[in-house]
Order: sequence, then C-alpha cells, then structure tokens
Amino acid sequence: MTLAQIIELLLPQLILLITVLAIFIADLADTRKEKGWAPYLALAGILAALITSSLHWGREVSFLGNMMRVDRFSVFFNGVVLAASALSVLLAISYMRPRTPYRAEFYALLTVVALAMTLAAGASNILMIYLAMESISITSYILVGYLRQDAKANEAAIKYFLYGAATSAMMLYGMSLLFGISGTLDLTGLADFFRAGVPEASRWIAFPAMVLLLAGFGFKTALVPFHQWSPDTYEGAPTPVTAFLSVGPKAAGFAILMRVFITGLPRFYTDWAALLAGISIVTMTLGNLVALRQSNIKRMLAYSSIAHAGYILIGVVCLSLSTTSPFNGVNSAMIYLLAYLFTNVGAFLTVIAFEEATGSTTIADYAGLMKRSPWLAVPMLVFLLSLTGIPSTGGFIGKLFVFGSAIQVQFYLLAIVGIINSAIAAFYYLNVVRYIFFTPAPEQAGPVPVPRPLRWVLAICLIMTFFIGLYPQPFMQLTTGSASLLASL
Amino acid sequence: MAQAIFIILSLITLGCALVVVTNRNLFHSALYLAFVFVGVAGLYFMLQAEFFAGIQVLIYVGAILTLIIFAIMLSRDLMNPNVRGFNRQWWAAAIVAGLLFVVLAVVLWRAPWPAAPVGEPSADFIAELGQALVSPAYVLPFEVVSILLLAALVGSILIARER
Repeated sequence: MTLAQIIELLLPQLILLITVLAIFIADLADTRKEKGWAPYLALAGILAALITSSLHWGREVSFLGNMMRVDRFSVFFNGVVLAASALSVLLAISYMRPRTPYRAEFYALLTVVALAMTLAAGASNILMIYLAMESISITSYILVGYLRQDAKANEAAIKYFLYGAATSAMMLYGMSLLFGISGTLDLTGLADFFRAGVPEASRWIAFPAMVLLLAGFGFKTALVPFHQWSPDTYEGAPTPVTAFLSVGPKAAGFAILMRVFITGLPRFYTDWAALLAGISIVTMTLGNLVALRQSNIKRMLAYSSIAHAGYILIGVVCLSLSTTSPFNGVNSAMIYLLAYLFTNVGAFLTVIAFEEATGSTTIADYAGLMKRSPWLAVPMLVFLLSLTGIPSTGGFIGKLFVFGSAIQVQFYLLAIVGIINSAIAAFYYLNVVRYIFFTPAPEQAGPVPVPRPLRWVLAICLIMTFFIGLYPQPFMQLTTGSASLLASL
Repeated sequence: MAQAIFIILSLITLGCALVVVTNRNLFHSALYLAFVFVGVAGLYFMLQAEFFAGIQVLIYVGAILTLIIFAIMLSRDLMNPNVRGFNRQWWAAAIVAGLLFVVLAVVLWRAPWPAAPVGEPSADFIAELGQALVSPAYVLPFEVVSILLLAALVGSILIARER
C-alpha cells in the first residue's frame, strides 16, 4: 500500500491532529484572553474529519499491517463519536467561558479525545485498541478535572482516574493472556488461531481473558459492576463534559467491545453472550432502580446512562445472521447509540442552560419550567419521552430494535427484563416532566436564557430525535449496512 | 543455579511488594517499590530479555519512581506516618485479590501455552526492534503514543498550574 493511500485512509485522524496542533499554536500566537475562535476551529476540524470519514463509506480495507480497518462499521462509529464531539464543543462554549481562562486547551484536548475515539472505531489490533482506549481515558480524566478550583470536579476526576487505571490494568492482563496463548495481537489472527482448534487451551485462557477484557470495556461503557465511578464523575464534571462522556466514549467503548468479541473471539460466542446477557440484566435493573431515588438531575442521568448501556448490550448479545429480518443485533446496538446520542445531548443541553441561569442541578428546582421557558421545556419533554422510549421518538426505535433482536433469537428473558425496566424508567423521567409542567414556579423566577450555540444544538437534537423516530428507514439501512462485522461470526 | 537465582529474585520482589502495600509510611513504600522494579528487571534478565531489563530500570526506577518520590515530598501530609494505610474495607480487598490470584494461578497452570517462543533472539535485535517501531505495522501506535504524551503534558500542566 502506498503512502498516499495510507494518508487517504487516515485523513480524518490527520485532520483532527492538525486541528489540535493548530489550536495549540494559535493559542500561543494570540495574546488576548478571549480565545473566542478556539471552539469554532475545533468544530471546523471535527466536521471536516466527519465529512472525510463519510467519504470512506463502502470501503472495506485493512491497512498498516492490519493495525487499522476502514469499514462501514468504523465509518458509522466515526460518525457517532465525531457528532458527539461536535455537539459537545457547542455545548461547552457558553459554559466554559466564565469558568476557566484556559479555554483553547480545553477544545484542543476535546479534539484529542475525538481523535482517539476515531482510532478506537477502526482499530483491529489489540495493541492499537489498548492505545486508543488509554488515549480516550487519560484525556477524559483531564477534561473531567478541568475546573480545578471546583472540589466536586476534583473528586470526579480522581474517582474516574482510579477506576480507569485499575480496570485498564485488568484489561491489559486479559490482553496479555490472549497474546500469550495465540502469539498474535491481530483480531482476525486471534479468531483464526482459536478456530484452528486447541480446545483445551482455549477454554482455560479465553474465558478469564474475556472477563478481564470486560473490565476495561465495561468501565468505558459504564456497565455494572464497573459503573461505580459514573454517578460521581457525571455529577462533578463540567456538564458539557458529562454530556460528552455519556455519548462519545460510551459509543467508542461499545465499538471496541463489539469488534473484539465479534471479530476476535467468535468461537466463544456462547460463552461471552451468556456473560454479557447477565451483565445486561444487572446493568439495566440496577441503573433504573437507583435512578429512581436521585434528586440531582446529573446523577439521575448518570444512572439512566448506565441503564441505557444495559439495553444496548442486549443488541450485542442477540446476534443473528438472518438476512431477511430487520434486526441482526449489531444494527440494534448501533441505532440505539445513534438515537441515544441526540436524545441525551438534548437532555444535557437543558441541564446546562438551566444550570447557567440558576446554578442548580436539583430536579425539584425545575418546577414550573414550562411557565418560565416553554421553548426549553417542550424540547426537554421530547428528550425525556425519547429516553423513556415513547413512539415517534428516536428512543422508541432504539428500544424496538434491541428488544426485537432479543425476540428474534428467542431470548425472551432479556426482552422481558428490558421492557419491565423501560416501565420503571418511565417513573423517573416523567417525574421530571411532572415538575416542569405541573408544579408551580417559584415567585420572581424569570425565563431561562438559552445562548445561541445551545440553540443550534437544541435544534439539531430535536430534529434528529424526531427524524429517527418518525422516518427511521434511512437509519435502518445505514446501520444494517454498517454491521459488516457479523461476516466473521 | 538458575532456579536458585529465580527463587531469590522472586522472594525479594514479592516481599518488597508486600511491604509497599502494607507500610504506613508512603515514602518508605516508594523506596521498597524501587526493589520491586529492580527485581522484575532481574526476572527479565533471566528470560534473556536484557534490553527490557535495562529499559525497566531506566524507566521505572529512573523516571517513574523519581516522579513518585517528588510527588510524595511535594504533597502535604502524605509523609505523615499517622495516616492509616488501611481502611475498613481492607479485608474485602484482600479476599478479592486472593481470589484473583487463585483464578490466575489455575489458568496459568492449566493452559498449555502452545505459542512458546521460537529460537534465540538475533544478535542485533535492538536494531530490529528500532526498525520495527517505524515499520508500517507499528508506526501508527508509535505516533499515537506521541499524541497521547502531548495531551498528557498539556493536561498535567493545566492541572498543576498556579491558582
């Protein structure tokens, strides 16, 4: 493969790298304090990377010694994580301006995470996967603890870091077991090795290795029992970073989880599917039950985000090779992640706007938001209904796909637990709706202003939530086409 | 002979590691950690990975441990021997760690490890290693590490800056 071809395939990542360096250099050159250009430079780079990545649609190539792949799966996840990054940049503009003088670095580091996530989406070698995950994690720790004068942010960053370091060490041990037995770090090489036989070896190594790998993947995607960091981190982190963590690194974590298990360990499908099914049930149930008791909206959304990871996992478990049905498991997880991206960013947007205006993240303070700011309250209603999974919203299509894939492979238990959990979740989502619409606002409470970048995000999230919910056909085709991984099963 | 050296090295490494986690004085723990790192380097040496033994000493003892000691000396109250090294959950942690040890020991014992290394390493393998780092297969991870380092540098300055 020539250098030009490699550059062409790595163009999204190169654009992001150039953006990062451009922000650093321009930051040094610009002696003024304002740095108002920084978010827009980051945004331009991320959007350019998104466009160049989309142009790779339809390609299926491995390059650089099978270190990376550009396939429909990676292009889809590049789209998800870059969209998450772009929306988070817009969310951060008004939030970060009064809180820190070091804004240019913030957007540069956010772009580094975006770069690491695109590497994670395409990595097809265990070494590359580990590096991509560590880059996401280490840069995210910095973003979480960015507001150093805030004690809660410090606690959030330290908890995130300690959990991340411990789970990543466990994951690395699992990776070393896989390398020790197979002598290869390449995922397809790994699959070939296990397919060739050696059943005794595979049993003794593969299962513990998968459990250890899951520690790392479960940390990134906030699956029980690797979720304990997430409520404190989500509560303490700057809210745009929380929104980002709940959609960007989570999607990247699922991309890695699916690629490693489906491409690298397809021979042990029954083992890991059983393991993941158990984790999915515990994750959904625990996330939803604890979310019921939360009075802080960021903590509530953190637990709800844990529960959503459980729903997404149903899709990863219930794989099906049938080409006639609309659900194949992988596409269910993908469409869920896509719908969740716009819905959850939308919900966090309201939290940010409200926090800007009142300084509060308590659910009870949302009382009478309908009277105060109908333009914020009605979209929030849509996002909460989408998180609940009410028809005509994107969240419904996501739930339809994951539960559909469970019913398709006759894994009824997962579908039933998922549906019961959706009903439980309705309580705490609609509790917020109750405060917004049916509780009187406190006296002298004025309208909640929404800064202009937040309005753009609001419009995008609202349109996409309805678009996925009302006209899902293009997204169904997109995700079904992206499920190219399943060929290796 | 090799067996005896291996056992002595392992005992030193494990014993010092135990002191690292049980010692009350964080500064002493850091010093014992140096012995752990050197012991691991000795194990690498016995596995004919002399280069990695050197790297282990250079990076872990030379750089990381120095950083740890700086961090301890620059932080308030970390050297206070009255700060307890254990909390109420130490026994739970000990049980989990013990279970993990049993599981891993059984795994390592029972697995047949078919991918044993083949032959002696070539004479100028350090040159080969250097070339491999910039070969098509490993150049991307190599560059990604540099980006990560840049981000980590910027981040650590931001976190450690003056208020």
